[in-house]
Amino acid sequence: MTHSRTHAHQATSVADTPGGPVTPDPHTPLTTSLTTLHRHLTARLGEAARAWLDQALDEAAAHPGTHGPISPWELRLAEAGRRCGPEHADAVRVLILHAARADTDALTRVYAQGTAAERRAVLHALPHLVSGPQALPLVEDALRTNDTRLLAAAVGPYAARHLAAHQWRHAVLKCLFTGVPVTEVAELDRRARADAELARMLGDYAAERTAAGRPVPQDLYRVLPLTDPEAGPPAPVTPPPPAADHGTSGAPHPHTAPGADGAHGKES
Amino acid sequence: MRIFDPHIHMTSRTTDDYQAMYTAGVRAVVEPSFWLGQPRTSPASFLDYFDALLGWEPFRAAQYGIAHHCTLALNPKEANDPRCTPVLDELPRYLVKDQVVAVGEIGYDSMTPAEDTALAAQLQLAADHALPALVHTPHRDKLTGLRRTLDVVRESHLPTDRVLVDHLNETTVKEAKDSGCWLGFSVYPDTKMDEERMVAILRTYGPERVLVNSAADWGRSDPLKTRKVGDLMLAEGFSEDDVDRVLWRNPVAFYGLSGRLDLDVPVTDVTHEGNSILRGPQKTEA
Repeated sequence: MTHSRTHAHQATSVADTPGGPVTPDPHTPLTTSLTTLHRHLTARLGEAARAWLDQALDEAAAHPGTHGPISPWELRLAEAGRRCGPEHADAVRVLILHAARADTDALTRVYAQGTAAERRAVLHALPHLVSGPQALPLVEDALRTNDTRLLAAAVGPYAARHLAAHQWRHAVLKCLFTGVPVTEVAELDRRARADAELARMLGDYAAERTAAGRPVPQDLYRVLPLTDPEAGPPAPVTPPPPAADHGTSGAPHPHTAPGADGAHGKES
Repeated sequence: MRIFDPHIHMTSRTTDDYQAMYTAGVRAVVEPSFWLGQPRTSPASFLDYFDALLGWEPFRAAQYGIAHHCTLALNPKEANDPRCTPVLDELPRYLVKDQVVAVGEIGYDSMTPAEDTALAAQLQLAADHALPALVHTPHRDKLTGLRRTLDVVRESHLPTDRVLVDHLNETTVKEAKDSGCWLGFSVYPDTKMDEERMVAILRTYGPERVLVNSAADWGRSDPLKTRKVGDLMLAEGFSEDDVDRVLWRNPVAFYGLSGRLDLDVPVTDVTHEGNSILRGPQKTEA
């Protein structure tokens, strides 16, 4: 029965909804403890997928490390999407990496040889598996891409802990440019507080957008108040009128995706 | 009309093409790895290309509501270059990836001993990885090339019903059909096959196991040829069910043999996380 995992029934949904609401369940919370993650996942996986996962985790725990061109646990990482469903693949892969006790070298290898989905899982695994800054090159690689899924994974807790100020500011700005919600940026409050240079960059960006007659991403007004040295808990998000000298042309457009501009596109 | 283009080289195409394809009804594509026009000189160049087919290109396709899968292989032409053949040793770790739905394009270009070796080795890789194979048939000396291709397939561990022989035409379709393989036709503006001939072939041989593709790439080609074939089929009296079979259900069935086809488009559309491809604010009609 070779067709069994072909999601043919989904053909209808994709045909009917242009990039539409095919969002899976809210993601398994990847920043929670791995125990919680495992419990959450177990509750959601079907029987076959759960059995597969249990076996994959046992196997990874029994045979960690690198064996030949591709280790058994690396094979399990590669097939996690089709075994457990794409919506659970990140969480499953994080658990397998943990079970295999993947160190920075192993994570680097998986990242380098991985699909975008595997790379994203490695980025999510970093805060759980690497205590020092030695895996930063993976975060930096992801931040150079234009793939919003990788960007969102790169600005997680590991980057919050270890990314240097200059790169971190550029990461925040890139989120605004590419429309990655700044809610994805871990410890945004702590890292933005009293960051005068970030405030300047945000102000300049708003001015540039306004000068071009383009909307300023609403998320910019979520970050800007956080740079205040006196900033308390996060303020409610109510974008003020743009502090611009070009009238109202820069007002956020309700139907325009934040930052769907791609002025950064020349980076590629 | 829902359309699955089972052979298109999107890495060579612009985002305008993705937009036009979506508008025409294309909801899924398979991108086979192939020669890039400029010869490669090392396996590393293949690996970056494979990474793009497994990373950036599906992301790009998703912006336009199109599901993207790929087939990976050492292509026939570069199988003749000893600087490239070591990529065969790298293929196993790529063939296990979720989005890889076949080994391909493999097959013959000039029918050399090096191509014999690469074809046989990669049919075996397909069998080992429970994947079907997409087999290109040569443009020069085509009928002889098809016969030699079918001989190698029969000698392999891969059953013919897990093999798609592509770029067929009037001179090769009958023997290909008799072999039990799936039948691929590349509809091009000038070469290979055109819409009228395609419809005539469908009338003669029926829609069973037939897949129609645009094979669009960096050459003179048209990513909307699939739609044009569907339109002409309807105009010539084929039913909507026939069109759906050829342009959707047959490719779903063939690549579904991999067990890895996922036709849900990942959520990376503009209203979710924004994107980095649509340049300039989207004009919204008030």
